[in-house]
Amino acid sequence: MAERYTSFRRGGRRWLWQRITAAFLIIVLAFHFFLLHFVHHANEVTFGMTQGRMQELAYFSLMVLFLITATFHGVNGVYNALINQGVTGKKKTMMKLVLSAASLLLIVQGLRTAVVWADGVPI
Amino acid sequence: MQKYDAVTRKFYTLWLISCTSMSQSYNRDLVEDFGRWQEFSAGMWAWIFHKFTGWVLVGYLFTHIAVLSTALESPEAYTTTIQTLEGLLVVRLLEIGLLAVAVFHILNGLRLLFIDLGVGLESQDRSFYASLILTGAIVVASVPTFLAGVFG
Repeated sequence: MAERYTSFRRGGRRWLWQRITAAFLIIVLAFHFFLLHFVHHANEVTFGMTQGRMQELAYFSLMVLFLITATFHGVNGVYNALINQGVTGKKKTMMKLVLSAASLLLIVQGLRTAVVWADGVPI
Repeated sequence: MQKYDAVTRKFYTLWLISCTSMSQSYNRDLVEDFGRWQEFSAGMWAWIFHKFTGWVLVGYLFTHIAVLSTALESPEAYTTTIQTLEGLLVVRLLEIGLLAVAVFHILNGLRLLFIDLGVGLESQDRSFYASLILTGAIVVASVPTFLAGVFG
């Protein structure tokens, strides 16, 4: 038997959430690229166009979910890479705190921007 | 009886050798010694590329939100920032790089999800090469779209 090789704690949920967010992001990231580079061209982007899309609840909620899942997936990936490189103990706890704070800041900033675009939550 | 023992012993020895070699290939000290890159297999390159593209994408995510945040200042600031950036050739080239990184991460991520489900484990090296080729094809085909309007 090969030895168990993973950065995830046995029985932990981070492994599963990394996969669930991956499955979601595969579709939404491809959609995001396609919409903003092929359907609309990036150089034609204006505040008004973005606002038009963001004022639709379906698009707004998809983008909010995209922000949250991408942040989790990315930051959790960085955390795993650091564990892979042998970060343990106090350093590991510090990294966890720094990465959690960075994630929170990113999500808050993204949400603030989304709300400005949509001129409020489009409910 | 003696013959049976010899066969059993031989089988057991072979099994031990295969176990040892398998566990060695999963030993972190060896796997993460990048100085051994000439000995890396397809799976190892896939792992390195996935990690590298992941770092780029998470770095870009933070940059992306920072740029989009100009909308907090004013609608004009947002439109001007995006259109100024999009008018620069270097930004368009970086966007092509970003596309390459994103497409590879998506395709290899799909490959990893299937492997996690036990599908295609035997052809994991071929699916890595397919991810690379498909990434190259998509990126080359997208170049005209990504460079549209930047030259005049």
